[in-house]
Amino acid sequence: MARVTAGVFTSHVPAIGAAMDLGRTQEPYWQPLFSGYEFSRQWVAANRPDVVVLVFNDHATAFSLEMIPTFAIGCAERFEPADEGWGPRKVPTVYGHPELAAHIAQSVILDEFDLTIINKMDVDHGLTVPMSLIFGQPEAWPCKVIPLAVNVVQYPAPTGHRCWRLGQAIRRAIDSFDADLNVQVWGTGGMSHQLQGPRAGLINKAFDNRFLDRLPSDPAGLARIPHIDYVREAGSEGIELVMWLIARGALDDVVHQAHRFYHVPASNTAVGHMILENRSQS
Amino acid sequence: MALHKPYLDIPGTTIFDADQSRMGYHLNQFCMSLMKAANRERFKANERAYLDEWPMTEAQKQGVLDRNYNQLISLGGNVYFLAKIFSTDGWSFELAASRMTGMSQADYRAMMIAGGRSPDGNRFIGEK
Repeated sequence: MARVTAGVFTSHVPAIGAAMDLGRTQEPYWQPLFSGYEFSRQWVAANRPDVVVLVFNDHATAFSLEMIPTFAIGCAERFEPADEGWGPRKVPTVYGHPELAAHIAQSVILDEFDLTIINKMDVDHGLTVPMSLIFGQPEAWPCKVIPLAVNVVQYPAPTGHRCWRLGQAIRRAIDSFDADLNVQVWGTGGMSHQLQGPRAGLINKAFDNRFLDRLPSDPAGLARIPHIDYVREAGSEGIELVMWLIARGALDDVVHQAHRFYHVPASNTAVGHMILENRSQS
Repeated sequence: MALHKPYLDIPGTTIFDADQSRMGYHLNQFCMSLMKAANRERFKANERAYLDEWPMTEAQKQGVLDRNYNQLISLGGNVYFLAKIFSTDGWSFELAASRMTGMSQADYRAMMIAGGRSPDGNRFIGEK
């Protein structure tokens, strides 16, 4: 059967992708950030997934205001890097896993989580920057990816509790998929940041580090953080952290923390990164 | 029955809720059109003429022409959509954010490198 072996959590700032694409990773501004991912590249080389369920948000790329699905799963064979206004990133095409994606969709819908199904979608930096951070710059991505898009653009995003429980449902779905697959679930976005208005640039290191402290051991508590706390404490875009709770929900109650990293800033954003392993599945 | 908005007392922050989204629908859809290279070229060639193809308010059109992003946000713009305008101009998110705060990009970057804008004093309007 398919096994969920680990969760990877990381911010997905577009400037990080640009820094990699333009060869600036060793510049003094960027070097401290990328040093925090050196462990992760070695770790993923030793723990290569067959499939990543990658929880991210679209940034007005695939979804305009015409349709705003709260949760949407990518069931396509392939997803092209999107043109976000300055031409597509020159990163490999993302290949999906349509069979597992369809199985997850069917399982969680019958488990009362009503996902939107996507059969055609370009993927923006929310998905490709985490891939670049963890896998570097290969000619082809080393695994299949199932995109799971969450609306965090128009208020309200789904609650943290709903996200956490959706993650648990995704875990049940993967556990029941009859194929020998090593599956990781990645949660992306955050941490504290605000991109708009006179309060832009807000960073809350104390909030972020409490979140990182509690992610391994107290996801149920984190799932109770109300939206107003994210917005007030972590900035209007800090709400993206609810996506981390989907990935955490797909992991065991007791996990092993393999890596933790935090850095300010990447452009406007506090970057958080964590790797949690399911020892029961290794 | 109006939407419950517990976030209105946060300073310098506009939450893109259903009311903002409705007000900004055509503005944001105009922004979305700039995802296509051919549209970016047409926009750059004659901004006013391109804007006049969209059923936006005059204030929204003027906000775009002025690149007044705080004004555009108050008129229903969302930053991820507005990003299509500033990307067309070759601006980074850092530059756009610095403009919205009224700081130079250098001062804004220095603030971020020093740890960002503290939440202290920035949680509630009128807070000391």
